[in-house]
Amino acid sequence: MVERGEYAGAKNMTGGRLYAHSLRSVLEGYGAGEVDWDDIPFERKIVHERIALMDKASACTVDFSSEELGRETCDSYSVLRAPFDQWLSQLAEQAGCEVLCGMAVDELLRNDDGAIYGIRVGEDRITAHVVIVAEGVNSLLTERCLGAPRPRPHQMAVGIKECFELPARVIEDRFLCQPGEGAAMLFAGDCTHGYVGGGFMYTNKESISLGLVATIGHLQEADTTICQMLDDFKKHPAVAPMISGATLVEHSGHMVSEGGYDMVPRFVYDGCLVAGDAAMLCMNLGYQVRGMDFAIASGRLAAEAACEAIDAGDVSCSALSAYKEAMESSFVIKDLKAYRSWPQVMDGWSGMFNEYPSMATAALNKLFTVDGSPLVPLKKRLKPIVKQYGIVKLARELKRAVDAL
Amino acid sequence: MMRELKPISVNVENLISVNKYCVDEEHKHIELASEDLGSLPDEEFGKLVRLCPAALYKQQPDGTRSFDYAGCLECGTCRIACEGTILRTWENPGPGMGVTYRFG
Repeated sequence: MVERGEYAGAKNMTGGRLYAHSLRSVLEGYGAGEVDWDDIPFERKIVHERIALMDKASACTVDFSSEELGRETCDSYSVLRAPFDQWLSQLAEQAGCEVLCGMAVDELLRNDDGAIYGIRVGEDRITAHVVIVAEGVNSLLTERCLGAPRPRPHQMAVGIKECFELPARVIEDRFLCQPGEGAAMLFAGDCTHGYVGGGFMYTNKESISLGLVATIGHLQEADTTICQMLDDFKKHPAVAPMISGATLVEHSGHMVSEGGYDMVPRFVYDGCLVAGDAAMLCMNLGYQVRGMDFAIASGRLAAEAACEAIDAGDVSCSALSAYKEAMESSFVIKDLKAYRSWPQVMDGWSGMFNEYPSMATAALNKLFTVDGSPLVPLKKRLKPIVKQYGIVKLARELKRAVDAL
Repeated sequence: MMRELKPISVNVENLISVNKYCVDEEHKHIELASEDLGSLPDEEFGKLVRLCPAALYKQQPDGTRSFDYAGCLECGTCRIACEGTILRTWENPGPGMGVTYRFG
């Protein structure tokens, strides 16, 4: 394993939440009972979900907590990649893998027949039967050495995140959680100043991850910068109390591939496979973001296909295409395919990021405020709000979204 | 259509100063098409100003521009927006160089 950072995870960042099913299945298949689930450096088990529609000064939040969220097999955890990846790479090392850190792969080596047979790192060449490219979403190697198309600005988003340290007890009090358990929160609307994207918050053991994701194609023409958006988000009355008194310990950036199934590039070549974010395996549904469970499963399937091909003495594209078949019959490609049309729905759904949050605010202000003036029936108060946007337009948009989900 | 930027109040240098970096002084891993930043097309440079999560591409209200690769978070967003227009090269920083995430 060749890693360009000082240690595994040194160049990595996630929102971040890991749906644990695929990790569990790898550990059950290969851990041989050696890995104790409680030893995994997860941050907190997520048992509390919140989704907020926010306008300039208010937020309308759906708050959901359930035992089901934490049930084994559908459990999920907040993670920080620096500690998590170091743990994972140490497991690989214990199992006999040689981990070479601080080595950036410059190029994939290609023979006269066009087959990949190794990597070049500066002056050094390392040959291999099969190379598995897992360099992440900013994949220079797939573009420059394997001919994958460069993702377009409407298929990619930029993520910005800050980590804030807080004592565990304060986190549990602020987010209504038991020790070891935590909350996840997604935001839409004013957090990205109405541009396509959203905000996120995850509770870690002793810190909070807070950030934004915004589609590059829209943000690049916006009337504000991603950094200013984050600053405004942190000062929003519904967000500021979460990080009040906390110490900023890291400011990070990372891209997110948002094009779904239609942007997944070819991932099987002669002597080479592509896995994880480098294969654009990510799904952003707005209310749920997945990527790491795809990455773990694809890494496993790629490794299994590589081992079989090496054992059979044939690492050609056709021999390695067992990886493609395994991916297509696994949840990875199936799930991406099932939500194939969702990215276009999100990309064109300006109302979700602008008018919907203001409608929700206006309606709930009418519902919850009392100023002593004679009451007007609720229906009469709410009707003009929806009417202004257009009942037919609203119905059409909601139907389109439901159809894509 | 690119919209005009509203006033920017955030100081991103303070934010990224908490990160761990090892800056490669010898080698710029990102290079723009011209050292004369003022000569780059507004539309393209404007994208970088909006997108960079470390705010390394700056344009002052008087139009003065600057770019510093030193605080790079290595996300590659500028590459997706402008490689082939005003971004001439985007390489990974050399071994052991660049940002090291301690949280991630």
